[in-house]
Amino acid sequence: MGDIHLMRDELRPPVDPPRRHLMSVADLSREDVERLLGTARSLARSLEREMKKLPTLRGRTVVSVFYESSTRTSSSFELAAKRLSADTMSIKASGSAVDKGESLKDTALTLGAYDPDVLVIRHPQIGAPQIMARHTNAHVVNAGDGKHQHPTQALLDLYAMREAFGRLEGLHVAIVGDVLHSRVARSLIQALALVGARVTLVGPPTLIPRGIECMGCSVSTTVDAIADADVVYALRMQRERMQEGANYVPSLREYTALWGVTPDRLRRGQRVMHPGPMNRGVEIDPVVADAEGSLIETQVRAGLVVRMAVLYDLLTQGPTAVPTAAVKDPVAAVAESVA
Amino acid sequence: MSVLHGPAARGDDIVIRGARVIDPARNVDATLDVVVEGGVISRLDAPGAQHVANGHRIIEAEGLVLAPAFVDPHVHLRAPGREDEETVASGTMAAAAGGYCAVFAMPNTDPVVDSAAVLGALIETARGEAAIPVGFLAAISKGQLGAELTEMGELADHGAAGFSDDGRPVAAAGLMRRALQYSTLTGRPLAVHCEELTLSRDGQVHEGAVAAELGFAGYPSVAESVMVERDLALAAYEGRPLHLLHLSARESVEALRAAQATGVVATAEVTPHHLCLTDEAVRTLDPNVKMNPPLRGEEDRTALVDALRDGTIPAVATDHAPHARHEKEVPFEAAPFGVTGLETSFASLFTHLVRPGVVPLTTLLERMSAGPARVYGLEPPRIAVGASANVVLLDTESEWRVGEEPFRSRSANSWLLGEKLRGRVRLTVADGRLAFER
Repeated sequence: MGDIHLMRDELRPPVDPPRRHLMSVADLSREDVERLLGTARSLARSLEREMKKLPTLRGRTVVSVFYESSTRTSSSFELAAKRLSADTMSIKASGSAVDKGESLKDTALTLGAYDPDVLVIRHPQIGAPQIMARHTNAHVVNAGDGKHQHPTQALLDLYAMREAFGRLEGLHVAIVGDVLHSRVARSLIQALALVGARVTLVGPPTLIPRGIECMGCSVSTTVDAIADADVVYALRMQRERMQEGANYVPSLREYTALWGVTPDRLRRGQRVMHPGPMNRGVEIDPVVADAEGSLIETQVRAGLVVRMAVLYDLLTQGPTAVPTAAVKDPVAAVAESVA
Repeated sequence: MSVLHGPAARGDDIVIRGARVIDPARNVDATLDVVVEGGVISRLDAPGAQHVANGHRIIEAEGLVLAPAFVDPHVHLRAPGREDEETVASGTMAAAAGGYCAVFAMPNTDPVVDSAAVLGALIETARGEAAIPVGFLAAISKGQLGAELTEMGELADHGAAGFSDDGRPVAAAGLMRRALQYSTLTGRPLAVHCEELTLSRDGQVHEGAVAAELGFAGYPSVAESVMVERDLALAAYEGRPLHLLHLSARESVEALRAAQATGVVATAEVTPHHLCLTDEAVRTLDPNVKMNPPLRGEEDRTALVDALRDGTIPAVATDHAPHARHEKEVPFEAAPFGVTGLETSFASLFTHLVRPGVVPLTTLLERMSAGPARVYGLEPPRIAVGASANVVLLDTESEWRVGEEPFRSRSANSWLLGEKLRGRVRLTVADGRLAFER
């Protein structure tokens, strides 16, 4: 048997080439967030026009690979790419070679052979986007990896909050529910900390991971703690993640009784958010979901423009983060290029 | 019957000249010429003495350290079943390159070493192809399923070095008690993997701030320490010795120390990765820092270092766990637990613990040699006239990068890939034979 030889690039730590990705909110600076939200704002204005398509990413290819079901994220990434005139291709794990047992590395090598500019990936396991990045030359966008990160969700949530309040700094956000299994919560906690907002986690003690307060949030196990929050952010009770016999909560009925976001637990002026898909009547009362204070639809709209901004940013900015002031307004830039 | 199995010794004739000889067990630290004849240390002379006999290999070792060779109480040789990952030949060659004169292989193979037939075949293999002597543990329970005891009497008669269900705990307290009672008969130690499965569940990473932030399912310290406490209580009740595999948590160390103070005969081992890393390393999402038990917090790491230094934990074990490359080139959660360690153990601990002054060199040498030897009732390797030659020659000045030279192991899932280390094995003599030379 021959010896095992290591290639140079296999030496740890895996060093990504100078190519930008969006893997985790932890990789972003406050300036990055401000720039992305600013770009999203400009793009939102462009969408108010009759002709909604921008030529910005003409000739670019955006491939999305979803190993988990998704409505909002996959559709908004696809529409975002199309609105920017990129060619798009979407692959779902079911019905693909993944069903035949193809490894993530081999899928990456296969897709990488088409030279996509951006790869959007959702995967049930933490770190899958990093594997994509290692084995392709594309900019990789993490559209959710296991319980780890969902950075575009956090960005769109910030966008929706800023639309509603006109500011982010000093806001108090209560995140209610199954934090343990929630990549949305993890990304959002980091994003809110980055912009100077305050976070309180509220939920059953079994669903609040031990040590999470190290991320800079406070923790409460009683729903009263949402009283002084500006935003009440309800998390989905992820039934699909609840293993048999795990006993996180005795029943959904008990969960709703103790932590459900119901009209009587809210006060006037509080805004309610939810990443979707909702379990109406479980973590959120249907009346609350449909009430005027709900930002849920705003979040969906924000999803489109924020994902456009992310694609635009990855493909048009330099290899390292550019200070906000130096970034051109994308719509103006397009106008220039057309003129 | 000996518990070590390897090729029939044909001892070499070697002269190692001018090394700093350190034998912690005998309180020796002096510059000496060491003469090995027919595989036995025949003379220890002041440097420069005339003793060149015909045919002796002369090794010039000025500036190097000569110490009793290492003993690894815990490796996985993957044979039978996963010879693509490791074999008795490749694993023992890796061990020789790491300075080891003996290793003890765990029985969680496919099939499990739970019968005299499987054990016998392994012993035959070792006689044919092992680079250094190997001790084979047999399973505590048939198929390591935790239901029925193996035929420990017969297995001991056929040369099992001890018994372990490593990879999984003996979940039922009743079965663990029976195993302890039965071990009176064999006199061979029981080595236990302490994990309360209902607490570790699908845990991937130490339960704490890092797992909380990254979203990994937590594997809490208490999943280990409650089992450590249970097994120590059973060992105390039955008055039997016990060996605790790969301790990772501060609470486990405290339980062990308390039990030892009341007279329980318990030994334990700790791995280089648990002594050098904490769960902060998991932020890289590198599957080569995924192992069971997981890397824990800084408090745990320092408790393990303290316990190694004061002897509460008498042995360093690599828990060398080779894995196929494609099985580790996957997301962290999909990767199997385990990392290799035989070829890097001394250098990693010398670099991370000895050079910064945390653990004296003599202590490390003792915990890698005499300490683990005693766990399995071996005569500790020593540098003395008349002793079988089991020595390692170390270059403590040499710097190298892990991975720059191919591994002797068939697998490359080292937690140290790419890291620069200080300290290198130059030569290993195992059971009187020159087993490795660089």
